[in-house]
Amino acid sequence: MSGPLLEAMDLYKSFGPTPALDGAGMSLWPGEVVAVMGPSGSGKSTLLHCLAGILRPDSGTVSYNGTELSALSDVARSELRRTEFGFVFQFGQLVPELTSLENVALPLRLGGMRRREAEQAATEWLERLEVADVAGKRPGETSGGQGQRVAVARALVTRPKVVFADEPTGALDSLNGERVMRLLVAAAKDTTAAVVLVTHEARVAAYSDREVVVRDGKSTQVELIP
Amino acid sequence: MHQGYSPKVYTGGTVVAMSIGLTLLGLLETGPRHGYDLKRAYDEHFGQDRPLHYGQVYSTLSRLLRDGLVEVDGVEAGEGPERKRYAITASGVTDVRDWLVTPERPEPYLHSTLYTKVVLALMSGRSAAEVLDVQRGAHLETMRTLTRRKLTGDLADQLICDHALFHLEADLRWLELTAARLDQLSAEVRR
Ligand SMILES: Nc1ncnc2c1ncn2[C@@H]1O[C@H](COP(=O)(O)OP(=O)(O)OP(=O)(O)O)[C@@H](O)[C@H]1O
Ligand SMILES: [Mg+2]
Repeated sequence: MSGPLLEAMDLYKSFGPTPALDGAGMSLWPGEVVAVMGPSGSGKSTLLHCLAGILRPDSGTVSYNGTELSALSDVARSELRRTEFGFVFQFGQLVPELTSLENVALPLRLGGMRRREAEQAATEWLERLEVADVAGKRPGETSGGQGQRVAVARALVTRPKVVFADEPTGALDSLNGERVMRLLVAAAKDTTAAVVLVTHEARVAAYSDREVVVRDGKSTQVELIP
Repeated sequence: MHQGYSPKVYTGGTVVAMSIGLTLLGLLETGPRHGYDLKRAYDEHFGQDRPLHYGQVYSTLSRLLRDGLVEVDGVEAGEGPERKRYAITASGVTDVRDWLVTPERPEPYLHSTLYTKVVLALMSGRSAAEVLDVQRGAHLETMRTLTRRKLTGDLADQLICDHALFHLEADLRWLELTAARLDQLSAEVRR
């Protein structure tokens, strides 16, 4: 494959009179970490949701591996999200009734993996993210930093090609935020997953390979020099 | 490569010339040392970006000697300053103690070349947003370099890089805020 893994072009999306995306676009190459930066309300999350096939843009195209997402059925699109993409949000993404171990094993179980195997893989990922000690705890019983590392483990357990992270350190202090970033980027690089990292914090963006800046629904990307 | 002036890198570990003497004194508090030994200790702890020259070490030591802050503790056979072993004196210890508890003057950061560039761009009808964007790119690139160094370095590297990263981040926040206020600033500048 010689083109970008994911490519968005000329995206427009409105929720009301002013457009949230006004001609935005960006590309993502295999294995790279791209920071999406910009002021609050500029359209960063909307862009991420369009890239991930969660939101359908009013116009414009998003292609994954050369296939346009809009050409896929809803079922095919959710299948793509489950198998190829991983997600980390600011908070509230873990199932409160499940333990950390069960949360991380969940995406594998949904893919049809047997419990024992799934929990084995989940245990390895919890160790990698330095949260093996909270394997038996539920989200309400862990700290914010631990919870985010469990969430990163869950996003990566299926070995996705793309990880979408929307302010993954937004609710954490500097030390915990740095720890999440260090582990997220290391795990992504180890598994050659690309990362779309939405953040308005420069210190977090500094973990990226390059940045895309979104302002008023328009984006400028620092071009990749091949 | 980005154009524009390169971001000032705040290397917290680099001791400014004025305090080299006090830093050497502080190192001597742990025990008498030869000049070359002092240089090695200094470079290891504080010289990440800028190791000391031998000349600097010996000229500083002779000043400290003159001021009675160190004394010669022993001389080996031979000639030259490198034969001498130096020890801190009681007034040297007092100076180090006073220095450590005297706060550093917080930088007021009121003079900004970047502010000047932004205003000039607005006055001349050029793109001030571009001035800010180019600077943001350069800052972020420096922050990436520091982040990589932090990830592969020891604790000393981490602390020094973090000091620089927090300062660069502050600059970037100012850039963002100014970008959001360009219309307003433009109106005032052209008035
Ligand atoms: N589901 C929605 N319904 C209505 N308006 C929305 C919705 N999602 C986003 N918007 C609007 O679209 C614009 C862009 O929002 P978006 O969430 O993409 O911004 P953002 O850059 O992620 O901001 P933040 O940094 O605050 O998260 C905003 O004006 C927002 O109010
Ligand atoms: Mg958002």
